Amino acid sequence: MSDRTGRLALANLWVAILAFGVASAMALMQALSRAALDLPWRSAKMYYLSVTAHGTLMALVFTTFFIMAFGYVVAERTLGRAVPHRALAWAGYWIALAGTLATVAAILSGKATVLYTFYPPLKAHPAFYIGATLLVVGSWIWGFVIIRSYLAWKREHAGQPAPLALHGMLATVIVWLIATVGVAAEMLFLLIPWSLGLTKTVDPELARMLFWYFGHPLVYFWLLPAYVVWYAVLPKVAGGKLFSDPLARLVFILFIVLSTPVGFHHQFMDPGIPASWKLFHAVLTFGILFPSFVTAFTVTASLEVAGRAKGATGLVDWLKKLPWGDPLVASVLLSMLLFAVGGVGGAINAAYGMNAVVHNTAWIQGHFHLTVGSATALTFMGTAYWLLPRLTGRELELGLLAKVQPYLWFIGMVLFSISNHITGLMGMPRRIYDASYGGSAVAHAWRGLTDVSAVGGLFLFTSAAFFMLVMLGTGLAGKKSAPQPIEWAEPLEPVSPRAGLLDRYGLWTVVAVVLVLIAYAVPLWQHLQMQRFGSPGFTPF
Amino acid sequence: MNVPLYEKIWMWAAGGIIAAFIAIVLVTGVGGALQPPSHVETIDPTQVFKDPRFAHPAVTVDANGATVVAFGMMYGFTPAEIRVPAGKRVTFRMTSTDVTHGFLIVGTNANTMLVPGYVSQFTTVFQRPGEYLIVCNEYCGLGHHLMSAKLIVEEAKP
Repeated sequence: MSDRTGRLALANLWVAILAFGVASAMALMQALSRAALDLPWRSAKMYYLSVTAHGTLMALVFTTFFIMAFGYVVAERTLGRAVPHRALAWAGYWIALAGTLATVAAILSGKATVLYTFYPPLKAHPAFYIGATLLVVGSWIWGFVIIRSYLAWKREHAGQPAPLALHGMLATVIVWLIATVGVAAEMLFLLIPWSLGLTKTVDPELARMLFWYFGHPLVYFWLLPAYVVWYAVLPKVAGGKLFSDPLARLVFILFIVLSTPVGFHHQFMDPGIPASWKLFHAVLTFGILFPSFVTAFTVTASLEVAGRAKGATGLVDWLKKLPWGDPLVASVLLSMLLFAVGGVGGAINAAYGMNAVVHNTAWIQGHFHLTVGSATALTFMGTAYWLLPRLTGRELELGLLAKVQPYLWFIGMVLFSISNHITGLMGMPRRIYDASYGGSAVAHAWRGLTDVSAVGGLFLFTSAAFFMLVMLGTGLAGKKSAPQPIEWAEPLEPVSPRAGLLDRYGLWTVVAVVLVLIAYAVPLWQHLQMQRFGSPGFTPF
Repeated sequence: MNVPLYEKIWMWAAGGIIAAFIAIVLVTGVGGALQPPSHVETIDPTQVFKDPRFAHPAVTVDANGATVVAFGMMYGFTPAEIRVPAGKRVTFRMTSTDVTHGFLIVGTNANTMLVPGYVSQFTTVFQRPGEYLIVCNEYCGLGHHLMSAKLIVEEAKP
């Protein structure tokens, strides 16, 4: 890594790691609270505050800063040149960090207990909305720098395809730029003026539509960098080769096209949106399963290549030959296993009829802890074990903890997620401080499983603590060593030297925008034509 | 694009599964048997108590079934106890007087958001008589976990 880009990546990585640490502590509080243990700090105010802090720090801060760090690494190391516009990139970092601090201050002072979905007319302190917006603005600058890195390289390499890792990162940036239009509109036109008192009321349903326009592609913003690791890093570290480069390119392009026009599947139970438009989004939602099916095959096949390269024979021997003791490999393999279950759950959520059974129940938190909480978070932790030594020139400290940590996460997530899926099916709502409902017999049946969930939370917290110890130990006291190279997986068959249809980012962005317009322009226009009544703000926290 | 045979088989199978999922959703959705609550009707959320549609939250039963008019507010539902006949069509018409709430009848697929400014409406049939727990399933403030009500499904009178 050139020192200059390396420092930029490291600065982003540390914010991600610290946000993860704080968010994990918040999660422990929630897990224990749900088990109804009589702890001195336990109160509804602290519980809902900690849910808000956990969601915001994990879903928005940890992910965004980690992806920005990884994006800079990918841009520099696949192209072999320092990223351009470094002053601007640093400005983006400071803007995002300042925004994060404003948002966190608003949450921790108890003035923004609106959860990370911040549905109005719950009204937070303006610092919450302005801070979150600045985080997004900082990420836009990052996206601009990544695109400029690619364009500068492309001018000197006309007609060549981008290296695969960068291809995936460009897809991530494009998805993010399209997605954040929704949240920017929600913040700038609705929530910020309203929280500042410039407007009296807000349309809660319009805000929900804009939020979920952003909220679903947000999950692909989390997932695509993890896929970059699965396709472009994992096969190399596991000792194999990427099974198919063109299919990997296809997968990322499909995500550019299909990520956004699907947001209504989060709003199946909402009034004010006609069923026909919900159905349209439901159909596209199923379409987006396809690239993940392909990913499951290609990545598994790449692992088989690795196992066979180490002399495995027979049908499943290659699984045993994989380096399960390597923290990156173990993290990614376990995250893939959990994601397979989470993906099936996602198909269930997308099914129009079944959604009514699970909507806003504990099933949902069980589901997304397998996706963003495992596929993304566990992959990112594994990636951090690989990346931090390479960025700092230090050896990984406390290596044993790093080896154990992914397995603890896996066990914790299995306990947490299975119990929440079941209590969800039994009708337990998500995000509740106390699940007793005045001694209701139905609610009593959830007990026991809520305790299993809390035990899962303890495993997860222990795992997170191990991760933090390894990161801080490495960063502060790791032995200086010769810099290790950052290497990308080679494809099994040589990549075509000519850029093809799947490398035409402008074209696919246009296709994506057209599809977004079809899916959203008409329902939004219809919505704005209705007689609507605004809602004043409420701060019941 | 040169795709190996096994992966081709896999991709066709994945495509087939997805096509089946979509077909099921389309058939049940377009057929009308399975529609999520998607009623489009607006209301002034600051005037719910005065609005003739919600001034008298109650259950009315007629020969065809029942209509439930109810609203959610921090932290309860009005009426707090809802009695409906079993085996008959029951139409719920609901809204919120303050923040966004959820309405879930535990053990059923009766589930809808109550968004201020909008009227939620759906129709369902309860086959099994008995007492059901209704919960708010959208965070609505520090008393969110206290927000519940009771649904009593009564044996239909002959």
